[in-house]
Amino acid sequence: MRAFAALLDRLLYTRSRNAKLALIAQYLLLTPDPDRGWALAALTSELDLPAVQPLIIRTMMAERVDPVLFDLSYDYVGDLAETCALLWPEPEIVKRTEQPLLSDVVVRLASLTRADAPKVMATLLDNLDASARWACLKLATGGLRIGVSARLAKTAVAQAFSLNLDDIEEVWHGLQPPYAELFDWAEKRADKPSLELLPAFRPFMLAQPLEAGDTLSPEDYLAEWKWDGIRVQVVRNAEHVRVFSRTGDDISASFPDVSAAMTIDGVVDGELLVRDTTGDPASFNKLQQRLGRKRVTAKDLAEYPAFVRLYDILLDGKEDVRALPLLERKQRLNTFAVGLPAERFDVSPVLDGDSFEAWERLRADARDLAQEGLMLKRKDSAYVGGRKAGLWYKWKRDPLLADCVLMYAQRGHGKRSSFYSDFTFGAWSTDGTLLPVGKAYFGFTDAELKWLDSWVRNHTVSTFGPVREVEKALVLEVAFDAVQSSARHKSGIAMRFPRIARIRNDKPANEADTVATLQGFIAKAAA
Amino acid sequence: MNTHLATWISPHPQGIYVKPADAWIDPSLPKPVALVTHGHADHARAGHGKVLATPETLAIMRHRFGPQPGAQALAYGETITIGDVSVRFVPAGHVLGSAQIVLDYAGERVVVSGDYKRRPDSTCQPFEPVACDVFITEATFGLPVFRHPDAALEIAKVLAALALEPERTMLIGAYALGKSQRLIQLLRAAGYHKPIYLHGALVPLVALYEQLGVPMGDVRPAAGEKPDVFRGHIVMAPPSALNDRWSRRMLDPVTAIASGWMQVRQRAKQRNVELPLVISDHADWDELTQTITDIKPQEVWVTHGREEALIHWCALRQIKARALSLLGRNDDEEA
Ligand SMILES: [Zn+2]
Ligand SMILES: [Zn+2]
Repeated sequence: MRAFAALLDRLLYTRSRNAKLALIAQYLLLTPDPDRGWALAALTSELDLPAVQPLIIRTMMAERVDPVLFDLSYDYVGDLAETCALLWPEPEIVKRTEQPLLSDVVVRLASLTRADAPKVMATLLDNLDASARWACLKLATGGLRIGVSARLAKTAVAQAFSLNLDDIEEVWHGLQPPYAELFDWAEKRADKPSLELLPAFRPFMLAQPLEAGDTLSPEDYLAEWKWDGIRVQVVRNAEHVRVFSRTGDDISASFPDVSAAMTIDGVVDGELLVRDTTGDPASFNKLQQRLGRKRVTAKDLAEYPAFVRLYDILLDGKEDVRALPLLERKQRLNTFAVGLPAERFDVSPVLDGDSFEAWERLRADARDLAQEGLMLKRKDSAYVGGRKAGLWYKWKRDPLLADCVLMYAQRGHGKRSSFYSDFTFGAWSTDGTLLPVGKAYFGFTDAELKWLDSWVRNHTVSTFGPVREVEKALVLEVAFDAVQSSARHKSGIAMRFPRIARIRNDKPANEADTVATLQGFIAKAAA
Repeated sequence: MNTHLATWISPHPQGIYVKPADAWIDPSLPKPVALVTHGHADHARAGHGKVLATPETLAIMRHRFGPQPGAQALAYGETITIGDVSVRFVPAGHVLGSAQIVLDYAGERVVVSGDYKRRPDSTCQPFEPVACDVFITEATFGLPVFRHPDAALEIAKVLAALALEPERTMLIGAYALGKSQRLIQLLRAAGYHKPIYLHGALVPLVALYEQLGVPMGDVRPAAGEKPDVFRGHIVMAPPSALNDRWSRRMLDPVTAIASGWMQVRQRAKQRNVELPLVISDHADWDELTQTITDIKPQEVWVTHGREEALIHWCALRQIKARALSLLGRNDDEEA
């Protein structure tokens, strides 16, 4: 438990991705089974433990610590698990030569009942040091929140054992903690675990951005819309259905309407979208509202019905069709989709035209809220995981641009913590005031960042905490993908994916764009 | 309030006044006679008429403020009489030269702890408990959540982080007086003998400690070195330099801060620290309460810190306690 607690402690403060990977990889290499498997389950949020209610913890503390001292401490620390970990009285006789293992703790927590929770928790805490008590309380109360995604943890497994991340993703959903088969395979004591009876994830095939210098022969490619939703893989195998996101996360629980409609065995690839009241694909904003829900209510299901616009097929029944050429898979997909309910699954159409000029026109007009741009796919391409050169291209529409005025700057994180690198900018309202319209963290070069940082320091009008308000004098050209109306912002709009395109110190602030101009982008999109 | 013991001592916002000696303890304004517990800026100030302190504290003050004309050294254990008050300095274990001040007058004994700790520290003499009627204590870490771990375990974290990512620079924030020298000694004790690079603000005090007989091993000024040199090495700087422009030249630094405040995760996160090190030169909660238990004073007066919890703790044990609320005491950085 000590090693696991130390790992969590380091991860909590570590911002660099590489440093996090190194920490997790080292832990996995040095820690024996089954502890490392339980740790991996905790990091990937696959550890399913009954949650101990905060009230139980508080009651336990009340029996051990003076209430005034507890309140003063909790006030100062702010986090219940941490307060308790630090305040827990060390037992008189320290019989703690050997701390319990993480696996011991997990086993005890897994079988916890409401009735025996106080007693079992107390015994555990008595046998742990402060840092391990914190880790134990975090596990027991649910949620580590240490800034590690499941994807990152799996990447660390790949790095530690020189495995291919796609191979790990592929077998992952067939495995259960503490992942004995995974580590047996990783350490070459066994073959790769088999997927035959499981609704397993297959790595997505990805597209590369089409660059100015790329020369493709149009007759080798087909074009289709790139829809602005979430790329998903829907898998059905022996009655088990899963909806996976691009990172391999199982999001079935958020989209029961889609899972229930997958009535045939197979694996398909498509874009998850929600419909607006007219039945057309709604903006990404609306989809996000569904994504954000932990529990899906009947109201959500009725208000934002989800569906999948299919791009491809990987398994047709039990048959793996990934090696077939794309055109053949498209035929298979059309046949496959006929058997599925049409309101939940439709096939993304192959677009007319066989020249770049024709596609260019389509792309330029792609301002439908749900169209992010075009995809160009080689007609003979097999479905291969990852991003393979020359097969699939994404051809995004050109970004929209606006000139905005810098309003606030905030210090960044990690390497950037000494720089003002988070910028809030605004546009002019009709009454001549500036209203914030977005926030950008990137788009600039290192040299530009230095320049911006010193500009912020020299033009600060007030400081609150890490934020500086600056003179309303610097114009930034901001690039963004779309503008959506937003009730949360005073300006009434929100930019999608804004980034700093250029510093316009040639332009006076009063010539920057207006909120009305930006609202125009919404109208254009809806038309 | 009027029933307190030791009415010959009166607390004021600018310091503690000892009437029959006409002397002030750690005054924050210039006074004719000052008794100084230790060299930290919130206790030792320039410009007093006469200054009584340990030889080491006087050396530190001389280094900080230049020559102190009215300086009079009083070694640990020596007693002098000022007015009718007998005055003695006893080690406080806080930093080199730090002292508690033991005052005897009219049959009453008062001990002023200054800043203190009871954990082992090879850079200074250990704290000696002295039985007394009134114990005037600090309470920087006067909350039961502050329980400092064994410093050796924290040092092990530094060495493990260096080993895990040897291409990064280990940048440790440590207060210039006391903390940085103690860290260097702890690192040496853990078998780390590579050069340690120092921010300019640390160089003179590290040199002073060496002069006063505390060996530091291979320490070098960071100034003038190419940033590449620091990879895989330890660079020490005052905590305030970590998020400032000075630190930008460090390549891919792991930032650490050594302080008792690092105990609380949220607080450590606020400081943008990647490796918090809970190493303090102040007493933690267990040390504060253990000390009161050891010396059994009739009254406890709390000079500065989080006094509320400590006063409540005393009340639970029928020990009379009060807060003095001295001004200008700030142990945020050095703690
Ligand atoms: Zn001090
Ligand atoms: Zn102090």
